[in-house]
Amino acid sequence: MLVRTDRSLVPGPPRAFFIALNLVLQPTFQAQARPMTAHQTIEAETTTISGAEMVVRALIDQGVEVLFGYPGGAVLPIYDALFSEPRLQHVLVRHEQGATHAAEGYARSTGKPGVVLVTSGPGATNAVTGIVDALMDSIPMIVITGQVATHLIGTDAFQECDTIGITRPCTKHNYLVKDIADLPRILHEAFHIATSGRPGPVVIDIPKDVQFAKGAYQGPTEVKHAHNYAPRTKGDPGKIAEAVALIAKARKPILYTGGGVINAGPRAAELLREFAELTGAPVTSTLMGLGAFPASDSKWLGMLGMHGSFEANNAMHDCDVMVAIGARFDDRVTGRLDAFAPTSRKIHIDVDPSSIGKNVRADIGIVGDAGQVLEDMIAAWKQRNLSVDAAALKAWWTQIDAWRARNSFAYRPDTKLIKPQYAIERLYELTKDHDTYITTEVGQHQMWAAQFYKFEKPNRWMTSGGLGTMGYGLPAAVGVQMAHPDALVIDIGGDASVQMTMQEISTAVQYDLPIKIFILNNEWMGMVRQWQQLLHGERYSHSYSSSLPDFVKLAEAYGGVGFRAEHPDELDDKIREMISVKKPVIFDCRVTKEENCFPMIPSGKAHNEMIMAEEARDLGSIIDDAGKRLV
Amino acid sequence: MTDAQPASVYDLAHADQPESRATFAVLVDNEPGVLHRVVGLFAARGYNIDSLTVAETDEKAHTSRITIVTRGTPQVLAQIEAQLQKMVSTRHVQDVTRDPNGIERELALVKVRGSGAERVEALRVSDIFRAKVIDTTHESFVFELTGASSKIDKFVDLMRPLGLVEVSRTGVLSLQRGVEVF
Repeated sequence: MLVRTDRSLVPGPPRAFFIALNLVLQPTFQAQARPMTAHQTIEAETTTISGAEMVVRALIDQGVEVLFGYPGGAVLPIYDALFSEPRLQHVLVRHEQGATHAAEGYARSTGKPGVVLVTSGPGATNAVTGIVDALMDSIPMIVITGQVATHLIGTDAFQECDTIGITRPCTKHNYLVKDIADLPRILHEAFHIATSGRPGPVVIDIPKDVQFAKGAYQGPTEVKHAHNYAPRTKGDPGKIAEAVALIAKARKPILYTGGGVINAGPRAAELLREFAELTGAPVTSTLMGLGAFPASDSKWLGMLGMHGSFEANNAMHDCDVMVAIGARFDDRVTGRLDAFAPTSRKIHIDVDPSSIGKNVRADIGIVGDAGQVLEDMIAAWKQRNLSVDAAALKAWWTQIDAWRARNSFAYRPDTKLIKPQYAIERLYELTKDHDTYITTEVGQHQMWAAQFYKFEKPNRWMTSGGLGTMGYGLPAAVGVQMAHPDALVIDIGGDASVQMTMQEISTAVQYDLPIKIFILNNEWMGMVRQWQQLLHGERYSHSYSSSLPDFVKLAEAYGGVGFRAEHPDELDDKIREMISVKKPVIFDCRVTKEENCFPMIPSGKAHNEMIMAEEARDLGSIIDDAGKRLV
Repeated sequence: MTDAQPASVYDLAHADQPESRATFAVLVDNEPGVLHRVVGLFAARGYNIDSLTVAETDEKAHTSRITIVTRGTPQVLAQIEAQLQKMVSTRHVQDVTRDPNGIERELALVKVRGSGAERVEALRVSDIFRAKVIDTTHESFVFELTGASSKIDKFVDLMRPLGLVEVSRTGVLSLQRGVEVF
């Protein structure tokens, strides 16, 4: 290995720092069985820096300000390097899963990558859930894991696990750094891979001896990437021309948008609005895409899919041209595939070529970044002076308005008990004028939040869509609040989900993060209970939340503030009080216990076979055996 | 207007379409775990591997060439190609089967035990197939044979009644005809 020793080429901390670091590291080096190589000895006397120091330097060079982590034996050198580093704020979580979800919340609400630092073994395995979550929802994330020293790998050493083997199928890419010479390149390459193309998590596993080893640091522009990874972001002009011509001829168009529009940045959301304006097409979105199109716009149909709106799903079913933008035809969206939008031509825009044609055949597949392709489509539309079939579009909107009139999210109000839908409606009304960010857990409350909370802007909605991770929302709120200290950050949770990562309220207290944990408490795993009621003959097997804690006292025990609302009349005042408190809050909102989430496309059914609230008695007789086998 | 889709959301194999065999040549960065990535991709998504060969082919560029023979409907094969392409370690993917310039070859070692007329016949057939005898005893031969997989299949079939006892095959290797390179 060639070591650059020229001080001018390798900017580094002042020399005194190295002397101090060497003193600290010396005993540990002696403790290691592996002798130092010649170059390591030489480097110790030059301007080269340790692997741990490189990690810190690379994070700063990559513009990282906040990282979420938990120390342990195999990452102590990195924690040591962080000790007196004012440019990086480390947030100590209470469990590594919390660090990953916090990083996701941070990433989703800022558009920047989330960074996680955990130790080897259990540190890495605890992070796996959040890593998979980030992969499924295309969240840019860098996870740095400590590893036992290279000579101990494979010996079943204390806190050793095959992190690379475990995370290989659940990362966009992962690295085991065995040589200090590779570390700067890998660190910068990881950021490039995590944030470009279809974003995703990248794991960097760094053995402890590599953290101690010394080498020459290189900055982001100095390193030469080893892979010829270069995702395509610019759409094919020929296909774009074909696509706009098809849209102009459409009589019943629809724009079906997803998380890809959010990932493409705020500009993509603006372009989406412009494109909808040009084409006059209705817009629906997946769970992950909420906020990319303003809910107050008259062309907004609401979310589509299993618990989407009647108008969105029927418009999807009946459309003649579907434009999928940054959405991946998930089974929760399509329902029964052989009856999915049967009369439509489909244009699929996605930055990931493997998403196109995976579940549904696209007539025109355009590989590219949602924002760039939208920009090119708008330009192509204007350049060709295309116009829509106004008469056909008018008839299409008349039909859509008729579907809208069904008011599919309607629920029976109650004057004595708080309906969960009512709670979200009130929460929305009382928080909409604030600078609000919403995270959720997973289940009924998540669907009600998606149905009743109206988003005007992207990056305001953080939820676990693909993996459906209960326990996502609370730590995600921690991450969001770190990025937006003055914003109102609310985790809409359920009594079951929220207990999966409840310990992270302690993190919120430690860092003065006034997150609001708004629990729709029905004492059930509501969505499980709903399926058991409708599909399993009302046999409620292990879905009742027995022995719930007193959430108000729990909040107080952690050093936060607790509220409880049991009656509709007190809800508004309590929510207002919650907003005014500048501390972490647990809001125990006692809601009706057996409310079901409707409308619903039963498993194995088509978009136009939605079950409305008033029709739902015994879904068991509606869903056939094949449908019951689906999740 | 569009092809019918399968009834179940999990039935991604498009069972109504016929399956065909395909050979993919994949040029990857030769780094630890790269084979695991490829094999893991096939296992995780339920694709078949009929044969797989891998070796470093360019020491300087640190690239390995992986040749995978798989089966699937056109939709599945397109998905396999896209997923292979998506891997960060992948440099290039080529569907050799659909390329008119694709060459596929396989090497096999075949052990045949026998005596008398059968032994003579085995030797005669091996001559027709231009197989090499690389080991012999009074009761056995080991033949070395190269060619398309179908030729090896045929040879093995013919040897079966003549005392075939063991077969070892390399799996398919591929290259393109002409001056073009990957």
